[in-house]
This record gives sequence, C-alpha cells and structure tokens, in this order.
Amino acid sequence: MTDLTLTMKYRPNQRVDMSPITCDKLAGLELAEIAAIELQNGKRKLRVDELFSISGSDVEKIHINNSFSKLDYIGHGLDGGSIRVTGDVGAYLAMDMRAGEITVSGNVGIYAACQMKNGFLQVMGDVDDFLGAALPGNKKGIQGGTVLIKGSAGDRVGDHMRRGMILIEGGTGDYCGARMTAGTIAVMGETGRNIGYGMRRGTLLLWQQPKVPVTFGDCGTHTFSFLPMLFKAMAQFDSKFSDSSQHFNRVHRYGGDIAGIGRGEILVRVGNA
Amino acid sequence: MIINGVLIDHTFAEAFPMKATRVIITAQTEQWAFNAAKSMTGFATSVIGCGCEADIERYLKPSETPDGRPGVSAMLFTMGAKSLVKQLETRAGQSVLTSPTSALFSGIDGGIRIPLGKNLRYFGDGFQTSKVINDNRYWRIPVMDGEFLVEETTGQVNAIGGGNLLILAESEVDALEACEKAVLEMRKVPNVILPFPGGVVRSGSKVGSKYPALTASTNDAFCPTLKGITKSELSPEIESVMEIVIDGLTETDIKKAMKIGMETFCSIGAYNGVKRISAGNYGGKLGPYHFHLQEIMND
Repeated sequence: MTDLTLTMKYRPNQRVDMSPITCDKLAGLELAEIAAIELQNGKRKLRVDELFSISGSDVEKIHINNSFSKLDYIGHGLDGGSIRVTGDVGAYLAMDMRAGEITVSGNVGIYAACQMKNGFLQVMGDVDDFLGAALPGNKKGIQGGTVLIKGSAGDRVGDHMRRGMILIEGGTGDYCGARMTAGTIAVMGETGRNIGYGMRRGTLLLWQQPKVPVTFGDCGTHTFSFLPMLFKAMAQFDSKFSDSSQHFNRVHRYGGDIAGIGRGEILVRVGNA
Repeated sequence: MIINGVLIDHTFAEAFPMKATRVIITAQTEQWAFNAAKSMTGFATSVIGCGCEADIERYLKPSETPDGRPGVSAMLFTMGAKSLVKQLETRAGQSVLTSPTSALFSGIDGGIRIPLGKNLRYFGDGFQTSKVINDNRYWRIPVMDGEFLVEETTGQVNAIGGGNLLILAESEVDALEACEKAVLEMRKVPNVILPFPGGVVRSGSKVGSKYPALTASTNDAFCPTLKGITKSELSPEIESVMEIVIDGLTETDIKKAMKIGMETFCSIGAYNGVKRISAGNYGGKLGPYHFHLQEIMND
C-alpha cells in the first residue's frame, strides 16, 4: 500500500479545518468515504475531493501535498500513524496530539503542538507564536512528546508547558518558556526579551547567552551529569541536536522566576568540560 | 565423582526464593563509584542479621552507564518485597546520596518498579527537580558538591538466594587460597553476587541451636575441631572447611557460578590440598531449589 496522498488542487480564500484528517479517524474508511468527508472552510463546508486530489490508500501514512498556510488543525488529536506535509501549514498543527509523528517541510502558523500530549512533531521551517502553548484560559500547554523545529520560533514558546521536550535549532521570540510548569526547551539560537517570565519549574537550555530577567538569580557555573543523558536522548533525532560537537555538560545556571515559586532554571552553555 | 583427586559429594545446595534488584552507581571516577557501592553493599552478608544480602556485581565502563561516567553495578537480595524497598532506600540514602559526585540509576528493567529516588527526592527540601528522559523520570537533588542525580524507580525481580559450595581442604591455607581463586572466577559470572567478605564464609550454620533464642548456630558437622566429639561429616585429613554462598537472579546463573567454582577447585586438585567439595542443605525440606553438585558438573 502506498501513502494516502492528498494533493491540494487550489488555495481557498478562507481557512480550512483539517482536523477530520488523521490516521485514526480515517481508519477503516473506503476512499470514497474519505473523499466525502466535509472540511469546514470559513463559513461553508468543502468535500475532501473538492479541495484535494486523492491517491494511495494507506491511512496510517498520510501525505498532504502542496499545503499552504491556511490549513489549520492538521494532526489534531492524532493518536498514531504519521502525517507528512509538503508545504506550509496554518495554526494549531498537532494540537492535542496523543501519539504518532508529524513532519512539515515548510513554515507553520501559531499554536503548533498546542496542548500536545505525546508523539513527535518535526518542522523544517519556522513556526509562529505560542509553540507548545496552552490555549488562552487553559493551564496546561504541551504535556509530553518531542517537538523539533529546524528553523526559528516566535513569541511565547512553551507558554504553560507541562512536560515534554521542545528543540529549536534556530532562535525564539520574546517570553520563551513563559509560565512554564515543567519540561525542557532547548534553543540553539538567540532568544528574545523576558525569557522564562513567570516560570515555575522546568529547564531552558540555551546555546547563546540570553538577556536574563532580574527575577532570575545567578546560581553560578556547574557541571551536570543529567545533561549528557539529555543530549543522548536528543541524538536520536536527525538534527543539529545529534551533533556531539554541540553537546556540553558545563553550564551557567540561573534560577527563577523568583517573582513566582522560582524552581525553574535557565542553563546557558559555557563550554565543554 | 572424583576429578583431579577432588571428591565431589553426591549432595545438593538448597536455595530459597528471594526478591532482588540491581542498581548502577556512577561517579566522577571509578574509585568514587566503588566507594559508594562498597558502602551501600556493606554489612549485607546474610538476611539473618543484616536484613539483606548485597554485593558489587561488576565494574562498568563509561560506555555502559547511563550518564557516561565510570560506574559499578550492585545487587541487593531480600526475603520479601517490603524489606527490599526498605533496605534499598536506606542504603541508597545513607551510602550513595552521601558519596561525592555519585549518581544512582536502575540496573534492571523488568519486574515490579520499586522506589529508588522517589522518596529520596524529599531530601531536596523543595529544591529538587525532575527530568523525564526517554520516558524515565530522574530526580535532581541539590547537594553540597553540586547535584545528586537519581532515577525514580528500579526493578524488583524474583531471584534465588543460598546457592553454596563447601570446600574441604587439608589446611586453612589451602582452603583459603582455593576459595580466593574460585571467587575470582565466579565473580565473572553476570547476575550473581557472593555476599560474604571476599566472597567466602568460614562460619557456615545449621538451623537451630541448643539455646532457644537462636535460630541458627555453628555447623558442627563441618567443624574440623569437633571431628571426634560430634556427628562429623569430615574425614581425618580435613583440617579446614570454607563456604562460598551465591545469590543469583535465576537457577541458570547460580548453576553457572557453582560450576565455575567447582571447576576451579578441581583444577587446583587434591595434590594441592583440596580434597572434597560438598554443599549445605537442610534435607531438602526448606528450600525449593536444589542444586545437585554432580549434575551441575555433568551438564
């Protein structure tokens, strides 16, 4: 069986809700039934086969081809299988994802990996604000799994992050790790203002020195034996994070945000010990 | 059965079901990993008086440990699950947490998960943090030399304790030298420990005593100085008897260690004072595992 491939025929003006297209939701459906699924498009609905030409039949491996930045909710609640996207995608990519793997070749909109529970999300391009965040009003952002961003991310990465790992090869915008409760965010590039704002627990692992907020205390330079283990776990991914020359176990530690409970930490690379 | 002049008795070692776990201790250097492990497995020769039986299993290269530092694997055996949890926690807390640069990890995947750092973390007084790496939770406890890293749980498995060999020799010197050589070889077998000092026991016991308060007492049948006044198991030329006790994860592991031990004794030979190999048992009434010496040698 070849991958179920949905190739966009045209780009609608309004946004498209792609949440019905996940491996678990399509399991057991005939191609005709898949073609007849209705997708919300602005205030109207479009059949899948109106928007996409369909080929292949393996619903465990979905390929969305020729995608663009108005396809929202791709991989929403995905509970196994894989989705590969060629092109850009819109907002809420991998929201509430429970298991499986999503790969996007292009750029991604806001709230990617929002409230994600588990699984693996990989983005080759950049992502917009609120990566791995909670929806407004909710208290739990990403709660497990791994997110790998090969480009850069916008503001408020990991807002209310609860667990899991976010790896960013590029930089981030402002408020990275804001209101974080636990988990790890690793950023190789530059980070913006107010990093770790309201951070409760968790780790921000940085390759570049950030502008550390005054509500973080300088805890000095240390060697941590958990870091080699963390890097070993990162090494399984095809990314700069698997490059051993980028690994280190000596860091400068800043603890905070002491305006709150202050059990979080910003660890900044010092050099190889 | 006689090999190289050494008589192997037609008898068996009687062993018992136990609960066991394995932990990996790492540190900045092998010596410091050893120091922690030595302390953790100290005073753990017999469940009768120590609460558990424990020993270092082997040294680990940095490539074999979770954090890439030199390490040591150690195993603990107890009669029950509750005592294993208690002994592990006490020993980890007093001997590994306290040892400079140490870190402590689970050394066994299967079985029931029991706390390792799960409760030790409270030593951190609220400053402890956890990290989940590859679905395993680790606790980072701030301590005066930096940070103590400990895995949350380790595995508890069913195991066997009380495998044993008795070496009967012409002199104390011969018995001890033979035991030293055998221990060296037996300790190369994975999944077993020899919990007594240097792996050797000189005070083998029998069940019961003339004193009602004692549950075990000296094994007079194998005491060479009592040959003439008790129902002795020893022939006139035997001047010294020593025992090697083996705890292992499976029957196969214990058999393997016993076989290597007996082969070493036999290779030394009667010419060098090693006259007989026997084993301790209670008539087969107490322990469900019977390790027949001659069968093991024929395997």
